[in-house]
Parts: sequence; structure tokens; C-alpha cells
Amino acid sequence: MLRYLTSRIVATFVMALLATLIVFLIVSLVPGDPVLSQLGDMAASNPEIVKAYRAKWGLDLPLYEQYWIFLTRLLNGDLGISITSQRPVMADIAQYAPATIELGTIAFILSVVIGVPFGIAAAVARDSWIDHSARFISLIGVSSPVFWLAFIMLTVFYGWLQIAPGPGRLDPIDLPPPRVTGAFLIDSALASRWDLLHTAVAHLVLPSIVLCAATLGLITRTTRASMLDTLGQDYVRVARAKGLRERAVIVAHALPNALIPVVTLGGLAYANLLTGTVMTETIFSWPGLGLYTFRSALALDIPAIMGMTLVFAFVYLLINLLVDLSYAVLDPRVLKR
Amino acid sequence: MPAAAKEPVQPILEVRDLRTHFDTDAGVVRAVDGVSFHVMPGETLGLVGESGSGKSVTALSIMRLLQDQSRIAGGSILFCGRDIVTMDAEQIRALRGDQMAMVFQDPMTSLNPVLRIARQLVETMVIHGRRDRNSALGHAVQLLGRMGITAPERAVDSYPHQFSGGMRQRVMLAMGFSNEPALLLADEPTTALDVTIQAQILDLLRELNTDFGAAVILISHDLGVIANVCSRVVVMYAGEVVEEGPTEALLSDPKHPYTWALLNAVPRLDRYIPGQRRLTTIEGMPPDSHQWPRGCRFAARCPFRVEACTEHPELLPVGPTRHSRCWVTQTGQSLPKPALPLVAPAAVKKVPAADREVMLEIKGLIKHFPVPKQNFFAPREAVHAVDGVDLIVRKGETVGLVGESGCGKSTLARLIVRIHEPDAGLIKFTGHDITHASAAEMRPLRRRIQMIFQDPYASLNPRMMVRDILAEPIRFHGLTDDEAGTQRRVEELLGLVGLSSTTAAKYPHEFSGGQRQRISIARALAVTPDLIVADEPISSLDVNIQAQIINLLIDLQERLHLTYLFIAHDLAVVRYISDRVVVLYLGKVMEIAPAEALFDRPLHPYTRSLISAVPIPDAAIERMRQRIHLQGEPPSALNPPSGCRFRTRCPMAAARCAAEEPVLHEYRPDHWAACHFTERV
Repeated sequence: MLRYLTSRIVATFVMALLATLIVFLIVSLVPGDPVLSQLGDMAASNPEIVKAYRAKWGLDLPLYEQYWIFLTRLLNGDLGISITSQRPVMADIAQYAPATIELGTIAFILSVVIGVPFGIAAAVARDSWIDHSARFISLIGVSSPVFWLAFIMLTVFYGWLQIAPGPGRLDPIDLPPPRVTGAFLIDSALASRWDLLHTAVAHLVLPSIVLCAATLGLITRTTRASMLDTLGQDYVRVARAKGLRERAVIVAHALPNALIPVVTLGGLAYANLLTGTVMTETIFSWPGLGLYTFRSALALDIPAIMGMTLVFAFVYLLINLLVDLSYAVLDPRVLKR
Repeated sequence: MPAAAKEPVQPILEVRDLRTHFDTDAGVVRAVDGVSFHVMPGETLGLVGESGSGKSVTALSIMRLLQDQSRIAGGSILFCGRDIVTMDAEQIRALRGDQMAMVFQDPMTSLNPVLRIARQLVETMVIHGRRDRNSALGHAVQLLGRMGITAPERAVDSYPHQFSGGMRQRVMLAMGFSNEPALLLADEPTTALDVTIQAQILDLLRELNTDFGAAVILISHDLGVIANVCSRVVVMYAGEVVEEGPTEALLSDPKHPYTWALLNAVPRLDRYIPGQRRLTTIEGMPPDSHQWPRGCRFAARCPFRVEACTEHPELLPVGPTRHSRCWVTQTGQSLPKPALPLVAPAAVKKVPAADREVMLEIKGLIKHFPVPKQNFFAPREAVHAVDGVDLIVRKGETVGLVGESGCGKSTLARLIVRIHEPDAGLIKFTGHDITHASAAEMRPLRRRIQMIFQDPYASLNPRMMVRDILAEPIRFHGLTDDEAGTQRRVEELLGLVGLSSTTAAKYPHEFSGGQRQRISIARALAVTPDLIVADEPISSLDVNIQAQIINLLIDLQERLHLTYLFIAHDLAVVRYISDRVVVLYLGKVMEIAPAEALFDRPLHPYTRSLISAVPIPDAAIERMRQRIHLQGEPPSALNPPSGCRFRTRCPMAAARCAAEEPVLHEYRPDHWAACHFTERV
């Protein structure tokens, strides 16, 4: 057990280091000179200014020295100064991250809480109306593009029916709750601002549905397939032959086995939800990392882009590590050696 | 029921006119079509038949564990007087695992991989209210001990993957007997196991039958297994019972041609006839289950059929305790012993062994597979798969390779065809050193060494037509001048293995297992090889198909002067087909000898115990046989025992065996063994 844990953690650290190197190299090697995009045509035509600018940002140093500086600063939590906002990238990320984590997590919880039971029910009652509706919903979820779904949702529920609030995390007149975590749901609850909590929840409904649609479809489908496969296994027949009740056969014998591939997919899906919010956040004016990334990319804000790429890479690594660790609990065969 | 009439005791199970149907897209399959039989309390009943005969479906019907698309369409199953067919789900659930238990074929997949053994055993007892959790746990430990599992206290805390197949089947038996059922159904419980482990499990099953008094229905395709355990046999064919009677009488004097065919298709260890080069086979395949024939269902394949066979026969008494569904034996006559032509061995076999050209020479061959390290500083461990093997195969002979699973048989085969690269040693093929030959150097030689694989379902590309499967090697090696020549050769090959040329345009899934294996053989023959390495080519086939393939292989050898290296775990088949036999244990050769000498006068204790573990389809012989039981299972090939590898399980092991490794020595002419005490065997 301990050996498995250490090996996974060490592997994660090695991959994290590799990620920093790759991110650094890509940004250093791709075309697109930050100097030219930052200084504007007038200043960029003046070699003196260009040179001073390069010296100021260390862009004239050899590549390995730049990497070393980058790495040591990174260890101190310093991702550099954003060229557009002129603030530390770390501070920017800290400001925008909670909105994304809040949205992504809600979307993830929605897709798991709905998708897994739906998938199980579809597999157990194969070819029934539950199964057919599960297939229909997952098909719709997987095949609707986010931008299309987002506009349809906004048009129908905000525009026509007027039962959902508009874009943004709160109504325009509201002030955000005192910042503790940055997640409005938690912060407003901590401040006992129930009215704010209500508004925040209402504002989360549409974007989280839009964001979770594809993931929900995927999780439902995977759970159903995995459950069907497990129900056909010999040990399930053995469990029935023992005289266990059908509920016990499904919950105690089939489910723990069927969930193993779902956990793998779930981890990946959560990472995708956290990092793939650009479109949703843009449409719903959600001030999160997606929006921030989008703006930084437009401005060729290299420190911000590097910072965001690293954050996304680390999110994937961390979630993968958690998935690996959960295997140790779910599947004893993982610890075989 | 004459048996029931004499006994005042009521049968514990009475199946009456059972009909189980599958609803498929192609129509209704009447898998079980009017089956009746009974089981007395404490009785051991064998249920025999080939795949598709309906024997497993009958068992699943009794347990009401049928898949969704199958249903019981008629008849009744009386268990202790209550009809299982009409019970509701809760009533049948209460019966399952309590008074009626079932053990399935594959122990590797029958235990839930994520639950501890303890949990899986305890729930069976708790759910039926037999015990509370604590006493159930105690009982589980006790049962595992009874099943022959060492350190049962530790075993209950393990997960299934920590056990071997034989151990898992013991756990399954413990589970089956945990509530002391009145009836245990065992569906091919030893088919997936080695002969030595099979012998242990069958012994256990017999003992448990005596100790617990549970009636046992043993389903098997292996008449030897049935003879070993059962007192009465029911033979099924095409969804019907075709014969029923006491084991001894039924096996010595079959009253149905199908039973007769089953018995004679299996080569027997105790009844080897020198010069017999063909097994008795019946033609064709079982009838189409969508539409059974109107008359006798076996008539189309029956060598004894008469005019009356166009009418469907009933299961009628043929003697005081026996029934048969056959017009021919109705008059009480017996079926004749098969008249087999005793062919003189092919000319090549007459040349003294030593004078024949050496085709393959192996010296000190070693292959170790490294396993992942325990941690960074741990020494690198390796599975000693093949660990110093010497072997000579001469032109035109058949060398059989036997041993338990994990002894290195398949690795050795793969080394010879150079799928694996040896770690050390020498492989010479017709004088060429191919030990470390590169892929390019091997390519021209591959035409001369071909391999036939075990699983005919996995070894043919499903996306290729038979024509292309056979033509590919011909084209690759440029064996024909033009495409027309290739197509002619493909047809010739199909003819050679007994398939019609119209099959060339079909895909593998359109064939049965036996036909696929014929295609595999044709593919191997396509390049006119000299040596064919056959890795368990018949072990996944029904006995009659096995006999057909064995006959085909012998036929081809005589016509094409092939040399075979034949790997199998079925000793009777190996004896039948081989000129010489090599016995492997944990990567080392224990004994090499001409087949006759090896089976009649084995020198190595391991060979002796292997032979003794093979069940023989004759109840009288089975009862008389003195068995040398191998205890336990082969040790890990990661860290093989010092000295003689077999010493940990050897009944004759002495101190010397641990200290000194016996060398392979020629004790008799051409008869080699690696044992310190050959004179005592």
C-alpha cells in the first residue's frame, strides 16, 4: 500500500517537473514576439526601447538561465507579472479560480449524481423506457455544442420564460459577499446572507447545466456500459446462485466492480470541466479562469499564459493522482505487487 | 422410473419433460427439449454431452438462473416435492445457495475480485439466516480448512487474485457446501484445471458427497471425470436425454450410438493399441438447434442407423436400470466395438530413431521473464519459465510436450519459433543456429517452422476471408508464380484439411471451432513447412471434434512427412499421437522417453503422478486404481526450489534432493530421466 502511494506521488512530481519544462519550452519557441505585441508599433520600431524591454523581462538571457529563474520563482509561488493586468499572475489566478472551481465542481457533482444512478438503472432495466431515455439524454448531451446549448438555454429560460437570471455570478445590483474562499455559495452562507446565496445558486443553474451536459452524457453512457459488462460476469451469477437478493447482487457485487472505469472517466471529466470552461464563461460572463485565459491569449500575455497552462497541467496531474489513489481503495488487484 | 419404484425414498430432484427455449432473432431455439431425469438423496449423477447439448442450460433451469432471452417453456422441476418452475422470485431465491447450490466452470472469474474471501463466504450463510456474522466467519475458516486450504485463518482475509485456480475452486466448493445443501450442481468444475489439481478436486467432491450427504449433479464432457465421481449417468444430445443408466454399465456397454461415439472418440491411457493410428469419429455436427430433425436427432451422424430412425424414438427401458432413446438397441443388442484399421506406421517411422536426420536441436535453453522490482533497491527477480532445456526432434517424428500449466511448455514453443529471444543456450534448426537470429535471418526459415495455436477463435483475423488468410503466407514467401496459382493452392489446402473450396469466400466467424482449427492447420501448411509446433491445438474442442483433428494431424503427417512438436495437457492424447514424450516441470525436463516406455514404465515420480491423475472412462478401473496423489500446487517459478525442482511435492524426496540437482541421465536406451531415485519408482 505504502509502496504504491509513494510510487504514484513520486511519479506525479516527476511529471509536474516535466510539465514546467515543456510549458517553458513551448512558450519560448513558438513564434509571436511578446515585445512587439506589448510595445506597439511606435515603441517597437525603437531598438533602444526594445532592448531595455527585453532586459527588464530577462528575455535576453540564455534559455537555460531563463528556465532556472522561472523554476526557482515558481517554487516561491511566483508566476511572474501579467503583462496586461500588471499584477502578479498568481494573484490573478487566485482571484479568478474560485469562480471556475465553483462552476466546474457543481457541474461535476450534477453529472455524477445524475449520471451514475441513471446509468445503473439503464443497465439493470435494459431496453426499458429508463434505458431508452438514458440513451436519448446522453446522446443529446454529448452531441450538443456548448455555444449552441448556452444560447438556447439563455434564450428560452432567460429571454422567453424569464425564470432564470441573466449572465454573471450575481445580479448587477448585488455586491459580492465578504471574500473567504471566493466561492460565492460558501462565502454567502458563511456570512449568513441567504438572499445572496439564493441569487448565486440561481445564477449557477444555467451555466452548470450547459457545462455538465456533455460530461453527464459520457458518465451515463460509461456507467451503463460498465454495469452491463459487470452484470454479465460469472461472479454476478455466482452471487445470484448464493440466493442473494437482486438489490444486494447489484449494490454489493456488481457496483464496486462497475465503478472502476467510471472513476477513471470521472477524474478526467472533472479535470476537463475545470479547464474547459472558456466557452461557457465567455457566454455567461463568468469571471473565471476560462475568461482570463481567453483574454491573456488574445493579448499574447506570456506570463499569464504560462501560468494558466501550468495550473491546468497541475490540475490534471492532481486529479489523476487522486484517481490512482482511489484505485487502491476500489480495486485490491492494483496493490498486487 | 424403475429406480424410484424399488426405493421407498423419494427423489430429491425430479425433472419432468423440461423445455427451455431461447428467443433469438433467428427464431426459437429449443435448447432443452423434453428432458426428464431424477436424482435420489445423496446420489452422484453425471450429466454428459458436447457443447450445445443442453446440459448447462438444464442446470441453469434447475437453479432458475437463465439469461434474459431464455425461458422455461414447459415441464416441471420438483425439488423435494415443490415445483421450482412455478415458484416466485423470492421462493426460488430462498432455495438457492441454501438447499441447492451450484459451482461453475471457471474459478478464475467466479469470485468477485474486489471482495475479500471472508465476505463472500459469510454472506451466503448470513443471507439464509443460518448463522450470524461471527459464527459464519468461524464456519468459513473451518470450511476452507476442510477444503484443503492451508492457513485458512489467513486465507479468509485474502482477495481472490491472491489464489490459484485450484484454490479458488476449493473456495467455490466451500461456498457451495456452506449451508449443507441437499443438492449441489457442479458445471464442469475441473475443466479449467490441470489434471493433478483436477484429481484433487474430484477426490474432494467425492469426500464431500459422502460427508455432507448432498446429492451431486456433475456436468462434464469428460467421461473419465464422470466415471471417477458418479454412480449414474444421463447422456444428453440435441436437447434430449438419449441414454441413462448406472455409470459402470453405461460406459462398458453403451446402448446409444452417441454414447458409443463419445466413448470411442477419446484415446485411453489404459487401452493403447499399438499400430492404431486413427480414432473413431462420427461424421458431421450436431443438428441445427433452431429446427431439430423430425426423426432421431442423431440419425444423420449415426453409423448404425436403420430405416426406423426416420421416426423419433422415445426414451425406453433397455434393461432393468437403463434407458435409451434408440431403435437399434431396443431389442437388447449391444453396439459392436469399433473396427479400426490397424495401419502400419508410416515408412519413416520404421527408420531407427538415431539414424534419422536431426531437425531441431536445443541445448541448455534458458528464458527468464523479469518481473517489476519490489522497490528501487530490491534485486531484480525473474520468472524462470524455461531453465535449461535440452531436446532433440528428428525428422518425421512427433514429440509430445507435457506438464502442468506454468511449467514452460508454451514458452518453449515460442522460443523455438523465435517469438521470444532466448537468454542463453542454443537452438539449431536443420543445422542453422537460430538462437539469436535476427528477424531478417528468421524470415526465410519461418516458412519451414509453423505454429498452430490453441484458440481457433483468437488466432484467425476476423476481418479476413479464409482465402486471404491462406493466401497471405503464400504470397509473402512467393511460393506461387501468379495469382491463379495462389488460388489453386488455397483450394488444394482447403481440400487437404477436409473443407470444401466454397468456404474460401467466408469469414472465420461463419465456422465452428473445429472448422476454424482446420483453417489454422491449413494456414500452417500453406508454406509447406517441415516442422509444426502445435500449442494445445485441440484443448478447446469437443471430444468428437478433437478426434477428427487428431486424425487429420496424423493423416497429414503421413502424407506430407511433417515433424510435430505437440504440446498438450491431455496425456492420453499425447500418448496416442507422440513417438517420444518430454515431461516438463517448472522449466526443466524431468523425463524424455519413447511414448510407450514413458507411459508403461515411467522413471520419474512426477511422470508417474501425472499419469495416475488422469481419470479413465471406466468406473470399475477407476475404483480399483491406486493413485499417487500430488499434494498442493507447483511452487512459484520466481524462486524455484533448490536441487530437484519437484522435491517439494515428491513422495520420495530425501535430503539429497534438496542439496543436489539430479542430471538428465539415460537410464535405458533413449529413456532419460532427472531423478536420484529412478530405480525406486
